[in-house]
Amino acid sequence: MAEEIEITEEMRAVIGVESTPWTYEVTTTSVRAFARGVGYTDLVYFDVEAAQAAGYRSLPCPPTYLGTPVFIPGQSNDTFSGPKDSGPGIKHGLPNLLDGGTETEYFGDICAGDTLSVTSQISDLSVREGRSTGKMLIMTNESTYTNQNGEVVAKQRGQAIFY
Amino acid sequence: MPLDWNSFEEGDAIPELKKAPGVTQLVKYSAGGGDFNPLHHDFNFPQSKMIGSVIIHGRFKYAALGEVVSNWLDHGGRIRLLSCQYRGMDLPDNEFTLGGTVKRKWEEGGEKLAEVELYAKNAEGKNTTPGSAVVVFR
Repeated sequence: MAEEIEITEEMRAVIGVESTPWTYEVTTTSVRAFARGVGYTDLVYFDVEAAQAAGYRSLPCPPTYLGTPVFIPGQSNDTFSGPKDSGPGIKHGLPNLLDGGTETEYFGDICAGDTLSVTSQISDLSVREGRSTGKMLIMTNESTYTNQNGEVVAKQRGQAIFY
Repeated sequence: MPLDWNSFEEGDAIPELKKAPGVTQLVKYSAGGGDFNPLHHDFNFPQSKMIGSVIIHGRFKYAALGEVVSNWLDHGGRIRLLSCQYRGMDLPDNEFTLGGTVKRKWEEGGEKLAEVELYAKNAEGKNTTPGSAVVVFR
């Protein structure tokens, strides 16, 4: 258990530094694959005619789905599918990781046919005392999703807990 | 039928959804979402062995909270903000119940909005994935 965790100047320096953009695709097939994975039965996520009858351009992204990162062997993370280069990281030496939570903020519709350009950054670092974990480093990561028309359509924030 | 903003009140419950995804369903989610962490499909993976089972993706439960809201709205509105916290593990083939309560309903800048408090309760009634959503109506 960590007695003290210091957020150093070096760690603080990476806050807000954006990664190189990576392309995420939203296709009819990728929307169906996600909706099927969650277990949806709502036809709006499977049938383009049903989606259009409900007022969408094409199959809409089900909540929390923000496209599929283009996979390139060697450049993509083989386990999590995103780009290997997700911006500068921090050295903290803490061995354990927990996923704290996820927040998605939408600014526009995302439908099949859209191509998103995604950047990520560490947006916040803080230290908290856990009940069973001792001192924990809370790292908030923020990804920004910009569509083919240059509109920011979503931001997703995730909290990683190191201890 | 698309949900009408006038058809519900603060304090109303939104329809629940029960899920008990097996490993095959989790594999489908991995394929759809892109998270191939072996902890969600490989019982021989060291972390799975330590826990004694593979576990459901936190993000699967997050997406399922989104499904509950989507089913409730039936495209009468859009999600503006959806968040959750991962407070406990859930195991495959174990049923959990997703649902929520309308916490607040208001108008602002010509928009009709509602905030819903969400839960994913396991068989013991523990909310392993509390969440919240802000939705805007047509």
